[in-house]
Amino acid sequence: MTAIVSISGLHKSYGTFEALRGIDLDIALGEVVVVVGPSGSGKSTLIRCINLLEDYQRGEVRVDGEKVGRGKALARVRAEVGMVFQSFNLFPHLSALRNVALGPLRVRGMARRDAEERARALLAKVGLAEHADKLPGQLSGGQQQRVAIARALAMEPKVLLFDEPTSALDPEMVGEVLAVMQALAHTGVTMVIVTHEMGFARRVADRVVFMEAGLVVEQGAPEAFFSAPREPRTQAFLQAILQH
Amino acid sequence: MDLITTFFNLRVLADTFPLLLQGLGITVLLGAVSIVLGFVAGLLMALLRLYGPAPLRILARIYIDVFRSIPLLVLLVLVYYALPFVGVRLSSFAAATTALSLVSCAYTAEIFRAGIEAIPKGQFEAAGAIGLSFFDTMRDVVLPQALRIVTPPLTSNCINVLKDTALASVVAMPDLLKQATQAQALSANPSPLIGAALLYLALLLPLVRLVGWFETRRPGAGT
Repeated sequence: MTAIVSISGLHKSYGTFEALRGIDLDIALGEVVVVVGPSGSGKSTLIRCINLLEDYQRGEVRVDGEKVGRGKALARVRAEVGMVFQSFNLFPHLSALRNVALGPLRVRGMARRDAEERARALLAKVGLAEHADKLPGQLSGGQQQRVAIARALAMEPKVLLFDEPTSALDPEMVGEVLAVMQALAHTGVTMVIVTHEMGFARRVADRVVFMEAGLVVEQGAPEAFFSAPREPRTQAFLQAILQH
Repeated sequence: MDLITTFFNLRVLADTFPLLLQGLGITVLLGAVSIVLGFVAGLLMALLRLYGPAPLRILARIYIDVFRSIPLLVLLVLVYYALPFVGVRLSSFAAATTALSLVSCAYTAEIFRAGIEAIPKGQFEAAGAIGLSFFDTMRDVVLPQALRIVTPPLTSNCINVLKDTALASVVAMPDLLKQATQAQALSANPSPLIGAALLYLALLLPLVRLVGWFETRRPGAGT
């Protein structure tokens, strides 16, 4: 398999607290990987290390063969790695259209007309064509997150990272965001998703990765993972989470 | 002589009004140039203070502290009367502009720093995640938002600079106050001083009101 993201020996600590204690993970081109685990297990930290939003002490991350590190190359690597945040992080002073067009305009050097045309097409794709000229503050949480997904897609990234994309949403808006992500997964985009949505993981993932206390405890195809988990800790986690 | 002919002597006011207007022009020019220079330099100073290499960050902090501490009048006198001893001889306009801009730069830098620091970390992360350079992140994402936050304190600073231009009269700058004191001496009547005070008010009251308006509007404008 060709790994588009390759993580090896990743260690990260905050002071004396070890958030990641040696993670090895390869993600194949086109693969949809869902990372699950209890709060504080290090799953968000892990995907934030992939595009170096978090520094780490040991180990390395390669994206498409290139080592991710500080310096001139970082912006180039980040342009290839799209990210969707829990709290959307849209630019509040820019319209939905401008939010999406900004990356292509500045980073890809596209003409404004072309960048906005691409932005318009992507907003249509996430079902927000008629909201293109609204400011983020005028949109619902679910709509904002869909704009954020369009913004990440506008860079035509090789990998898309989702950091708990539905955790800050009102329950009735979770579905619309998951639907967009599911549609995306079927287009062959490589996706790494941290989420608590187990039903989504089961439906969409090619592979489920279970983390606890900074380690990958178990991973596998969703069917096997959810119906026949091997590790006792995975069993305990699934039991706790599926009970309600 | 009654109060009216002493303090609001219309004939004296009419005679000296062109002089006062000239002074007002110089006051506004001096203020405007100092505000613009202070704005540009203050923004750069804030960026240096926040993101520069360590030695420059320290120098920026020292600069900001020093020029917020030194009394403007002292600085102005130093620039105008002391610098000539080392061969730097500035006109009174240049000396006043220099002193006002140096101080305004320091205050503006602190205002911008606070504004930039008020931008949530997620904005920097989102900008970084799409691969924006530092320059683009500042220009397209951070500064437009910071500018909204700092507009009220920046306007306050403008008011201070405009008021402080009156100090330039001590270095023989023919600004509004200087013209008024001269007119008062010539006409042996204090009405020009009253006229000058009224002109200062006409210039500054609207700005003060503007800041007040910003503050009542503020709660909804934060995001």
